[in-house]
Amino acid sequence: MKSFNYHAPKDVKDASKLASSNSAFLAGGMTTIPSMKLGLASYKDVIDIKNIKKLSGIKVSGKSVTIGATTKHAEVAASKDVKKAIPALAKLAGNIGDAQVRNRGTIGGSISNNDPSACYPSACMALNAVIHTNKRKIDADKFFTGMFETALKSGELVEAVEFEIPEKADYQKHPNPASRYAIIGVFVAKHKKDVNVAVTGAKSCVYIDQDLSKKLSSNFSVSAIEGMEVKSSGMNSDMHASAEYRANLVSLYAKKAVEAC
Amino acid sequence: MASLVGSRVERKEDTRFLQGKGRYTADINIANQTYAVFVRSPHARAKIKSVDTSKALKSSGVVGVLTGKEIAEDKIGGLIAGWAIRSEDGSEMKVPANPPLAKDVANFVGEPVAVVFAETLDEAKEGAEKVKVDYKVLKAVVDPAEAMKSDAIHDGVDKNLCYDWLLGDRKAVDEAFAKADKIIKVDLINNRLVPNAMEPRACVVDYNTASEEITLYTTSQNPHLSRLVMSAFGGVAPENKLRVVAPDVGGGFGSKINVYNEEIVCSWASKKIERPIKWVAERTESFLTDTHGRDHVTHAELAVTNDGKFLGFKNETIANLGAYARVFGTVTPTYLFGPCATGVYVIPAAYSNVKAVYTNTAPVDAYRGAGRPEATYTIERLVEKAAMELGIDKTEIRMKNFPTQFPFKQTLVHTVDSGDYVAGLEKAKQMADYKGFEARRKKSEANGKLRGIGVSSYFEACGIAPSAAVMSLGCGVGLWESAEVRFNPTGQISVFTGAHSHGQSHDTTFAQIAADELGVPMENIDVVHGDTDKGTFGMGTYGSRSLTVGGIAIVNACKKIVAKGKRVAAKMLEVNEDEIEFKDGEFVALKSNKKKTIGEVAFACYLPGQRDEMKSPIPEGDEPGLIESSFFDPANFSFPAGSHICEVEIDPDTGNVKVEKYTAVDDFGRIVNPMIVEGQVHGGIAQGIGQALHENTQYDETGQLMTASYMDYTMPRADNFPEFNLGFTCTHATSNPLGVKGCGEAGAIASPPTVMNAVIDALGGQEISMPATAEKVWKACKAMKKSNAKAA
Ligand SMILES: Cc1cc2nc3c(=O)[nH]c(=O)nc-3n(C[C@H](O)[C@H](O)[C@H](O)COP(=O)(O)OP(=O)(O)OC[C@H]3O[C@@H](n4cnc5c(N)ncnc54)[C@H](O)[C@@H]3O)c2cc1C
Repeated sequence: MKSFNYHAPKDVKDASKLASSNSAFLAGGMTTIPSMKLGLASYKDVIDIKNIKKLSGIKVSGKSVTIGATTKHAEVAASKDVKKAIPALAKLAGNIGDAQVRNRGTIGGSISNNDPSACYPSACMALNAVIHTNKRKIDADKFFTGMFETALKSGELVEAVEFEIPEKADYQKHPNPASRYAIIGVFVAKHKKDVNVAVTGAKSCVYIDQDLSKKLSSNFSVSAIEGMEVKSSGMNSDMHASAEYRANLVSLYAKKAVEAC
Repeated sequence: MASLVGSRVERKEDTRFLQGKGRYTADINIANQTYAVFVRSPHARAKIKSVDTSKALKSSGVVGVLTGKEIAEDKIGGLIAGWAIRSEDGSEMKVPANPPLAKDVANFVGEPVAVVFAETLDEAKEGAEKVKVDYKVLKAVVDPAEAMKSDAIHDGVDKNLCYDWLLGDRKAVDEAFAKADKIIKVDLINNRLVPNAMEPRACVVDYNTASEEITLYTTSQNPHLSRLVMSAFGGVAPENKLRVVAPDVGGGFGSKINVYNEEIVCSWASKKIERPIKWVAERTESFLTDTHGRDHVTHAELAVTNDGKFLGFKNETIANLGAYARVFGTVTPTYLFGPCATGVYVIPAAYSNVKAVYTNTAPVDAYRGAGRPEATYTIERLVEKAAMELGIDKTEIRMKNFPTQFPFKQTLVHTVDSGDYVAGLEKAKQMADYKGFEARRKKSEANGKLRGIGVSSYFEACGIAPSAAVMSLGCGVGLWESAEVRFNPTGQISVFTGAHSHGQSHDTTFAQIAADELGVPMENIDVVHGDTDKGTFGMGTYGSRSLTVGGIAIVNACKKIVAKGKRVAAKMLEVNEDEIEFKDGEFVALKSNKKKTIGEVAFACYLPGQRDEMKSPIPEGDEPGLIESSFFDPANFSFPAGSHICEVEIDPDTGNVKVEKYTAVDDFGRIVNPMIVEGQVHGGIAQGIGQALHENTQYDETGQLMTASYMDYTMPRADNFPEFNLGFTCTHATSNPLGVKGCGEAGAIASPPTVMNAVIDALGGQEISMPATAEKVWKACKAMKKSNAKAA
């Protein structure tokens, strides 16, 4: 790892002042530190945001659950409030990676990194999340812009993620046996008006499967999507899974999720 | 006094390991040390046109930069192949030079080309980035099955063929096959594995400018052997000027047998730059450059009669050696593989033909089981397929072909001294509730799942030793083991062994056997290993040899202590030696019942003079002191055996395979510490399940390792395993006085075919290659559904 300047500001303003094109925020460090160690990334300044109190914590209102950016996966998984309001979200957090990763990794880091096989982005999409940054509010469907890419501007800091509480929801995941990231993750959320089926792991970026969502919006049952073929075109094909296998898993896990709702 | 041998004594070493007090090579720091970083080839095959070190030398903190040119100029020798294997036509094997730093060509990704030493690790890394190597990239040879048809990667190695070896009798096999009712055939891939020792390789070198002695601290399974190789072949230093210390070592599995490039380079360089040097591998370096395991492509056939008798066996294998032949690289796919390929069965005619090829991949060498897992996989897949095709129960067909008489002279090489294969399989069936399987299968089926059961019966030849045998098979050294027992004047005992513990618990097991022999509490005994300045000599630990060879040397040295103690006690008690009995740590004069404890006798041994009333206790012809050593060379290998049974459940929608039940019944002869043996079996099974279901080393066609981190290489984890159900049958080995057989590798040898047989059983007999990943199994399930639909 190349040497760098370490900063641990106490508030968002200082953090954003320190940020430059040659800096990184450090949350859980689960992605940042390995990539620095492997020489894939190097920064002049590393800005540790874990000391910023305001960024951590879970708030539940009648309509939404708001999770601070530096809240760890383990905290979300264990939160009684989340379990009550959106049990699927707690379940998702509880199945991320392994215990070590869950005890360090954060929701802000996860969505800012936007790994194509990360779990949280699918929850954001399916639960119509709003991402609160130090500059603005961004809707989830505008936030995730591509592989490891987001709408965040240089120096912009995610402060919290606000999820809409659905009527029902479930998350189903087929873990990569090595990393335990999602080979496929399907988040199904039934809102009052419509249903969102968000898929992660399948393509270069999380997306809403429009066909599945539409079908389920008109009839929220397994039978509504039974036999529906998910096309493998455009899906990732790599040493862990072919596009064909991924397509099979998407339709399978969509059904499993509906069933579990 | 109750015998310690046979009891579940808690591990002495756990105190330091569990408290984080283990001392590994990377924990060692020497004042004024420099840090080494290696510049490695990013290409699988490339000509090295030039290496420009000028910028690196000017980089901040850099102390020195060395390349293949300097090491060649200093005539430092390269890495070696320890076994000379001859081809079927009698010609010698072809072994290319393997310089510690590549000079003209690089032959695998990660091969070291240059090294940078600097004041800090960061500066060394920075310096390494500034070494400019000009490569001409050449087309890499990656697939072993294609290697013989590809460009020769080494000068003088035609078709990339190291040897084309035969064991057995082709003619006899042809005759047997002509008589067969049926020929069972399999095409198998034994997948390449990365050993993944928890502790990455490392070395710390301290050159003493006054004595000109080099001390090398290193992660080795066999420090004396490392010293020998570095001195005799590397020319790094004479043996008496080279001390090799392997302190706590965090796992080896075979990957730390070899003397590696980094150890040779750092030892040589430390003298050159007159500074201590520290090098610790990063995990990526481990993936790229630790010797890998397995990697066979096999076609095998079994000739059978309709009632399930085996008549003949043949095996044609291509073994991938990787880029170079290393210490056990050439013997692993030959003498450690071929002789075991007929398994636990009476098969009158057999041969194994192995073509070992070079490719532009990391060198392949011994990995837990070394050759025997590949052999067991081959025969056990055939046997299970034979049972299926002949419609005979899979345990019955095995029983039918087991030998019933011991010693059992095998068709190919070994004479197995002892065993009871029928008892082992019967016990395994019972423990696994083999009878109840059909009911469990139906239950799974009702839940939409596929359930399968697999069996594998194995034997293996381990306790790698008999020098006469191994040297006649091409080994470059004798594989005896040594021990020295120092009974100190104040009663504490140091037991020096040439074996090396890197997870095998020698501190405990060896203390148990010495305590029993000497009749002293275990606490009085310290087992000392891993330092060429301390122990006499040793061949190290691999091939499940520590107890069966090294342990016996300890027993024999203890017996010498007791023999001398008897003579001394007799003089002290003023009786004849034959009137003394040694029991529970006491020398007793039978008639008078006068006694001397072994501690008193030991003390007396150090007081050879006379004073006042006291007479010298040392009998005429004896010398003072109580230190004895022994070099033990057994008469034969040891032959553990057993039967394992596995049940899996498959989800046809995802292809996920769940290991539901795993039963292992092993015969390790006499068991010194059941708890430790169970731990060894657990680890072995875990590694075998890893090979069967998870671990898959993948190179792309240019020779880049795709699975070079834990994000992509699937190590099995605790949640991949059920509770292991272990049982033992103990027929004592006749080749050593303790009656022990090796236990370190058995789990990894037996389990891959057991699991795969279960998976294939669940898939209705459809062949599938290791690792049986979810996607592969899902595809097989789809094909099965299709063919079932057709049939209906
Ligand atoms: C072995 C392993 C398994 C994993 N398995 C899964 C899995 O199953 N599912 C899953 O979803 N994830 C998984 N992850 C990802 C993990 O859970 C983390 O979420 C992820 O690594 C990043 O989060 P972090 O908090 O560690 O961020 P960091 O590594 O600290 O940062 C990541 C990136 O985000 C930026 N960043 C961090 N916080 C903010 C912020 N508040 N505002 C703006 N930018 C920010 C950083 O600058 C950096 O570029 C796994 C990771 C590992 C190492």
